[in-house]
Amino acid sequence: MQTIANNLLSANRIDKVFPGAKALDKVDFHLRRGEVHALLGENGAGKSTLVKCLTGAYRRDGGTILLDGVEVDPRDTFNAQKLGIGTVYQEVNLLPNLTVAENLFLGRQPRRLGFVDVGAMNRQARALLENYELDLDVTRALDSYSVAIQQVVAIARAVDLSGKVLILDEPTASLDAHEVEMLFRIIRRLKARGLGIVFITHFLEQVYEIADRITVLRNGQLVGTRDTATLERRDLISMMIGRELAAEIRAAREEPDVTGPVRYRFKDYGRKGHISPFDLEVKAGEVVGIAGLLGSGRTETAEILFGAHRADSGTAEVDGKPVQLSSPRRAIAHRFGFCPEDRKTAGIVGDLSVRENIVLALQARRGWTRPISRTEQNRLADHYIRALDIRTADREKPIRLLSGGNQQKAILARWLATEPEFLILDEPTRGIDVGAHAEIVRLIEGLREKGMSLLVISSEIEELVAYSTRILVLRDRQHVAALEGNRITADQIIEAIASANERGAA
Amino acid sequence: MTAILKGYALRLLPQIIALAAILLMVSFVFPGFFRLEIQNGRLYGSLIDILNRGAPVVLLAIGMTVVIATKGIDLSVGAVMAICGAVAASSITSGHSLAMTLVITLGTGILCGLWNGVLVALLDIQPIIATLVLMVAGRGIAQLVTEGAILTFNDPGLIFLGSGSFAWLPLPVIIWLVFGILVALIVRKTALGMLIEAIGINRQASTLSGVLTPVLLIAAYMLSGLCAAIAGTIAAADIKGADANNAGLWLELDAILAVVIGGTSLLGGRFSIAASVLGAIIIQSINTGILLSGFPPEFNLIIKAAIIVFILVLQSPPVRNAFTFVALLRTSRKPTERQAR
Repeated sequence: MQTIANNLLSANRIDKVFPGAKALDKVDFHLRRGEVHALLGENGAGKSTLVKCLTGAYRRDGGTILLDGVEVDPRDTFNAQKLGIGTVYQEVNLLPNLTVAENLFLGRQPRRLGFVDVGAMNRQARALLENYELDLDVTRALDSYSVAIQQVVAIARAVDLSGKVLILDEPTASLDAHEVEMLFRIIRRLKARGLGIVFITHFLEQVYEIADRITVLRNGQLVGTRDTATLERRDLISMMIGRELAAEIRAAREEPDVTGPVRYRFKDYGRKGHISPFDLEVKAGEVVGIAGLLGSGRTETAEILFGAHRADSGTAEVDGKPVQLSSPRRAIAHRFGFCPEDRKTAGIVGDLSVRENIVLALQARRGWTRPISRTEQNRLADHYIRALDIRTADREKPIRLLSGGNQQKAILARWLATEPEFLILDEPTRGIDVGAHAEIVRLIEGLREKGMSLLVISSEIEELVAYSTRILVLRDRQHVAALEGNRITADQIIEAIASANERGAA
Repeated sequence: MTAILKGYALRLLPQIIALAAILLMVSFVFPGFFRLEIQNGRLYGSLIDILNRGAPVVLLAIGMTVVIATKGIDLSVGAVMAICGAVAASSITSGHSLAMTLVITLGTGILCGLWNGVLVALLDIQPIIATLVLMVAGRGIAQLVTEGAILTFNDPGLIFLGSGSFAWLPLPVIIWLVFGILVALIVRKTALGMLIEAIGINRQASTLSGVLTPVLLIAAYMLSGLCAAIAGTIAAADIKGADANNAGLWLELDAILAVVIGGTSLLGGRFSIAASVLGAIIIQSINTGILLSGFPPEFNLIIKAAIIVFILVLQSPPVRNAFTFVALLRTSRKPTERQAR
């Protein structure tokens, strides 16, 4: 389909397996000379894994990489640089206390008689930066310049070192509009010089502004590569978050009857810099789904409801009584539960056993003076290992040795053991295999039927459609739309996200 | 129940073997090493001497274990020993009763721990820096208390704590035995142990699960302060005076070493107080052993370092993995039973 000659970098059927999860599944990626190619996908889709395989930061488990039609095998980032693949990350990985010139020539300083020739180095640095419309004092420390400038210095270094492929990983995340403009001018100039540029971002407006082609990954698989000019924004979003299964699942289930009293009422609830004030009511036996793109304020909403971050505006009520949710402990006292998005850093306690992980929240609520007896701990652990089908050799196995899906189930068990009445799940199905995925979706259904209130965040639209009785759509840290009843369809959600996005971009 | 006991024995096995080996080695160069005799209603002998001399480090190691389990470290314990020794001496010489003196001294230690704990838990300062403050300032404070001199006292009650005996054993040994068993029981019979381990392994996940992280962290440092106060009192009682410059000098390092020899990871998490106590006894056995074997004193530190390196290499992950591998090969037919805690 694509001529090899046209492709600068060709990655074919790249596989990468992590313990318990397949991070990349036969992914193809083709980069042409002189194009800006956006690599998109939600968190955990496999973008950074793919980049790390291309730059040698990870060893791929399968597939081939062709550079200029020649097969290459980058062993590490240094090797990839020499081959011609340079990377600039979101956090500038240069040395802030060295001068601009030293940063540009670190490890390859011009020498005279074995000593660094500072004069020559500074001259070369100035010449190099002229190509980037930057007039810097190259003898000043790098951190005396703004992040945007540092980013450009990092790009200059990467291009000078490598010169064929430039990978930009979220380069605009901490730049303002003006700085983004400057960066884009430089990107266009490099593109004109024939470089292939891979651009990773979650700002769709920027993709439409700068990218020639778009490749979308989802759950470690290639969804497709399209020309930006012919790809509707709505289609792009549906490529990113999926929609195929939704209608079927929803059709198969009877419409739940949610007419109970409102149990949880949040008014003007918000926190500056995290999430704009919003109103939220949750009834018993209701699943509120939260949809939105990465960075839209989904996790922030969950964290503020659970007291992981304190709200600085608004009020919260449980069963009509005002409550203070200033810490997770307080929220737990009101029978809240929260499975965080990042299982490794915020969920599991890796070296503790499955048993201890399951009883942790219950034990914390009882206080240290009232230990749960070993017999009772064993009973709880065994009960949930069976009920949720947690695959583990035995309950004393350290939880870090379990696969992602089983870890997730154990965290769910930790909360179920506290008999919560309001359960907040942030991306409960991320990074777990298909089987466990379906089980967790079924579990959510089961809990709702028992009358629990749930709030579930997910990047998988089809999944939200399957179990939500109501869906809130977020954009730019604001709650922008609510969908109920027969309006809960993948199309409507994608519509809501996309129209919100267009409004934001305008 | 037997499984749990077996797990315990397995956990302490490397320390017990190391201790036995060292004691055996010393007995070769010093024949009378294992001899015990009763004089004036008290046991005498090198072994008793080790238990007695080891008291301060054992006590410090008990508190240090809990702090290290929370992924912290307490560098100030040596200095807190000096402060508390000085406080005890100045309190008793200014006419307070023994009971009052003990209350003030132990209170001072707990207060020092509170200071460390607040810096670590509430102000989020790295433990090594937070406790460095008191490590440096502590000796100054102790000197202020003693007004620069070595403050001697001759209150028989206080001196009894350092050199008295009870049930044929020196009193310091009784104190650390009782205190160690007490702490171990409190930690393991309540949920404290698990919650501390959870904090040490993943503080964020623990907080999100509703664990009262700041309170437990502060409590861990307060326990360490209390341990240092008891150790400081014993050290002062032993020499019948408070030496602000030398009391507990460098003992924080011995205490940390004891915990490490005991197999508790400096990265926090799983801990065993019994193993740390054994670690402290191992260190003291090395000290006493070198002294008894009549090596010139210049060799002391080098021999000590060599033995410690040997123990640490035995415990290092690559060597342990190699052992596990060999063990696995042998028992590959049986389903493998992972070592319980």
